[in-house]
Amino acid sequence: MKRREFIQLAGLSAGAMMLPPMSSMASVVDPARLLEPSMDVKQKKQLADIALNTAKSMGATYTDVRIGRYLNQFVTTREKKVQNILNTESFGAGVRVIVNGTWGFSASNTVTPDGIKKATERAVAIAKANSKFQKEPVKLAANPSYGEVTWKTPIQKNGFEVSIKDKVDLLLNANAKAMEKGASFVNSILFLVNEQKYFASTEGSYIDQDVHRTWPNFTVTMIDRQTGTFKNRTAFSAPVGMGYEYLDGKAEDKIQGPGGIILYNKSYDIVEDATMAAEQAKQMIAAKSVEPGKYDLVLEPSHMWLTIHESVGHPTELDRVLGYEANYAGTSFLTLDKWQSKNFDFGSKIVNFQADKTQVGSLGAVGYDDEGVKCKSWELIKDGTLVNYQAIRDQVSILGQKESHGCCYSQSWSDVQFQRMANVSLQPGKEKVTPDQMIAGVEKGIYIVKDGSFSIDQQRYNFQFGGVLFFEIKNGKIAGMLKDVAYQANTKEFWNSCVQICDERDYRLNGAFNDGKGQPSQSNAVSHGSATTRFNGVNVINTARNI
Amino acid sequence: MAILSKEEAKQILEKVISFSKADGCEVNLNGADNGNIRYARNSVSTAGEDSNISLAVQSYYGKKSGSATINEFDDASLAKVVKRSEELAQLAPENPEFMEPLPQQTYLESKTYSEATAKINPEYRAQAAANSINPAAAKDITAAGFLEDSRGFSSVMNSKGLFAYNQATSVDFTVTMRTNDGTGSGWVARNFNDVSKLDTAEASKIAIDKALMSRNAKAIEPGKYTVILEPNAGGDLVNLMLSAMNARQADEGRSFLSKKGGGTKLGEKIVDERVSIYTDPQHADVPASPWMGNGLARKKMDLIRNGTVSNLIYDRYWASQKNVAAVPFPGNRIMEGGNASLEDMIKDTKKGILVTRFWYIRAVDPQTLLYTGLTRDGTFYIENGKLKHPIKNFRFNESPVIMLNNLETLGKQVRIASGGGPGGGGSALIPYMKIRDFTFTSLSDAV
Repeated sequence: MKRREFIQLAGLSAGAMMLPPMSSMASVVDPARLLEPSMDVKQKKQLADIALNTAKSMGATYTDVRIGRYLNQFVTTREKKVQNILNTESFGAGVRVIVNGTWGFSASNTVTPDGIKKATERAVAIAKANSKFQKEPVKLAANPSYGEVTWKTPIQKNGFEVSIKDKVDLLLNANAKAMEKGASFVNSILFLVNEQKYFASTEGSYIDQDVHRTWPNFTVTMIDRQTGTFKNRTAFSAPVGMGYEYLDGKAEDKIQGPGGIILYNKSYDIVEDATMAAEQAKQMIAAKSVEPGKYDLVLEPSHMWLTIHESVGHPTELDRVLGYEANYAGTSFLTLDKWQSKNFDFGSKIVNFQADKTQVGSLGAVGYDDEGVKCKSWELIKDGTLVNYQAIRDQVSILGQKESHGCCYSQSWSDVQFQRMANVSLQPGKEKVTPDQMIAGVEKGIYIVKDGSFSIDQQRYNFQFGGVLFFEIKNGKIAGMLKDVAYQANTKEFWNSCVQICDERDYRLNGAFNDGKGQPSQSNAVSHGSATTRFNGVNVINTARNI
Repeated sequence: MAILSKEEAKQILEKVISFSKADGCEVNLNGADNGNIRYARNSVSTAGEDSNISLAVQSYYGKKSGSATINEFDDASLAKVVKRSEELAQLAPENPEFMEPLPQQTYLESKTYSEATAKINPEYRAQAAANSINPAAAKDITAAGFLEDSRGFSSVMNSKGLFAYNQATSVDFTVTMRTNDGTGSGWVARNFNDVSKLDTAEASKIAIDKALMSRNAKAIEPGKYTVILEPNAGGDLVNLMLSAMNARQADEGRSFLSKKGGGTKLGEKIVDERVSIYTDPQHADVPASPWMGNGLARKKMDLIRNGTVSNLIYDRYWASQKNVAAVPFPGNRIMEGGNASLEDMIKDTKKGILVTRFWYIRAVDPQTLLYTGLTRDGTFYIENGKLKHPIKNFRFNESPVIMLNNLETLGKQVRIASGGGPGGGGSALIPYMKIRDFTFTSLSDAV
């Protein structure tokens, strides 16, 4: 289903802005269907073997097959109304082959011996057609055979097993609380994902995985009719690689943040947050418009993740560095010579970034990636210096490395897998510092909470970020709310202006379901962790305009 | 199997409706065969095809509705999908905004299908890529491109007697050409229903020339400049404005078209009086489906005429609340242009900047439609009527509303894709635009 068709089917318009991306081939099903077991593993293995044997007999030197069942559930509401409850299922198989050193891929939703065989034959035909123009034969890094293995997201509560009524009640309760506090409008959504993925390759791995993700979100809108102005306050939730337990809103996961705000760690209280959102949206309208100039920025993890994603996650993707994304997502300023020099100062000495595909609760965590490589974590930036990239099996030989990093992903069975961003996280500071203590040390600054507007150039040098809540810091104290704030910087200058990082007590994850890359474009879910972090002397612009 | 004829689709849809026991139902039957090829580093990187057909039934009892879909079409499967949608409808909470299906509509004739595009095969795609890669390689340039084609049909029938069917094809081609020294980059895009209009060699030459011309760009100070926006650059911002013309959001007070104290700007002048934009499903250069998903007929209609807002988009529920006719989301957009060629416009410019395209455009403030983004793949300084030299890329912070108020000259129109690829956001006809006081806020080192 195309996103546009989904929006139509879901009857959404104003709420559409909050929607996550959709696989293009999902079907609408009834909720009970989401609890039915997938095809038996034995049967999947038999079908996979048909693909592997067919391709081999037609001259393929490598083949992998992914039989996938992708389940989504969306519950969307606005104010007192349930707008839609949509359950989708997408089931099919994708076959990827190497023939004459060239990739070919084909997919089909006919998951039968004949359907799989035909898809395999098409994949081989495509590889053969393209091999005439191939100038760089594929070189695959070695990968051990894991035999028959399984992996599952360590969830405590399967969201698909929670009744629709409970979900609707939760959202409508959150909406009601926001409206009681004077919100003009509230749109809320609960989005559940379950990827049941079976992978097999000619190298002897048969991997069965069950991956879960959860994302509650809302937008509270406050309108001042007199002045004709409006502000949106989005939820302080994070999309997570967890089950429904994320919505438990446990007391130990609540954090009293600077400026009287409440932040959340490993579980989330949507009702409390919606209540606060209405109060804060009023303050957002009444806030003082920012004076443009240089400020010290104190960035909260619910904001930091997006700055990390754009300015660190993307430029360290090797396919961008090499030019495979030149026509779409762009290339990267982190060229191979900078890495080879071993002394490229990406950031200040306290800046350490780790790429990771295993962190519990993160969106990127799986046991094995979509080309059967066992997942791990590795360093990207060490003490401020660029030390590695994110690369997959057909790329690592370029770095002189022997093992894939295990970050290959496809959004569904119908799309070809390729290098996607792992969780990329800023490691907490070694010095014991809390966000309040950090703010106390700032003379003229802005404390920014939650991600807002974002834009970065195609080589990841120049960026601009907004936010949701902006607090002015004057002489070490929060001095009220600001509006019309965006900061612009150059990636290298920005990370070199990083002077302080709160310690591990303040480390939290946030992220996105919908990181886009590739043509046709595919979505990837990825988390980014950090503690509250300070950057000195960043350029802030005022974004107010009159039309 | 993915492409059914009008008669085949009708037969299946009639059968589905005959199984319905609910108050009523609406059935969509859509299918497509898609293909693509992607290349980078002057070599094919990935290529693939996919095929899918699916049927969606929405049944309703009063204000309760339920949907189910299926991709098998034997009688038992069809009966099953209807039954499932009815069971879901009975379980669903009441939706006060639910609207009963539309009555039969009258549709304009469709011009969205081309046999030539329907016949594209892997060999065609591989050759199209080769025709782009080979001239690049010969000039010490690296090509990265993407060609995507689609042939498909869509159809809808409901229990009130409405039936609509459309077949469409499309092909999208983009290529980025980068000089091997890393200092120059050029880009070109083509979007057609009929692939016989596509020549990837001709298009690639434009991107190659731009890459060579844009080498060793000089930095100039950010600030307000007169710009000549190529249709892909200007079109991106114009399309964002047109996509925000939703009546409900304007009425609710959360749109750039909401007025102080309440009400909307419908009927008010919001941009320069030379700006006229309309939609027309039968336009020969950018044909669109004559109906939208629920069967609501599209027709030729002004969106902005002489700078004044002529129509807002009303979904059926909101139209019923406001006692007006529903206004379908446009399938295409045509912005009227002028006679000036790009050369004329450059000749006529004392000091300005030529922009090939924008990149990473994101909303900064939905209230004012302020957007930020960057120039990319060919940005040139104009002085005394001549392209003087390439310049480093800029970040802009600008609203299409302000931009269209600062209009200097409209040039010739070009067809562009307005996002989403085949079957996505449709296509648009957008002119070259010369705009004064366009706001660039910082420099980027990106090439």
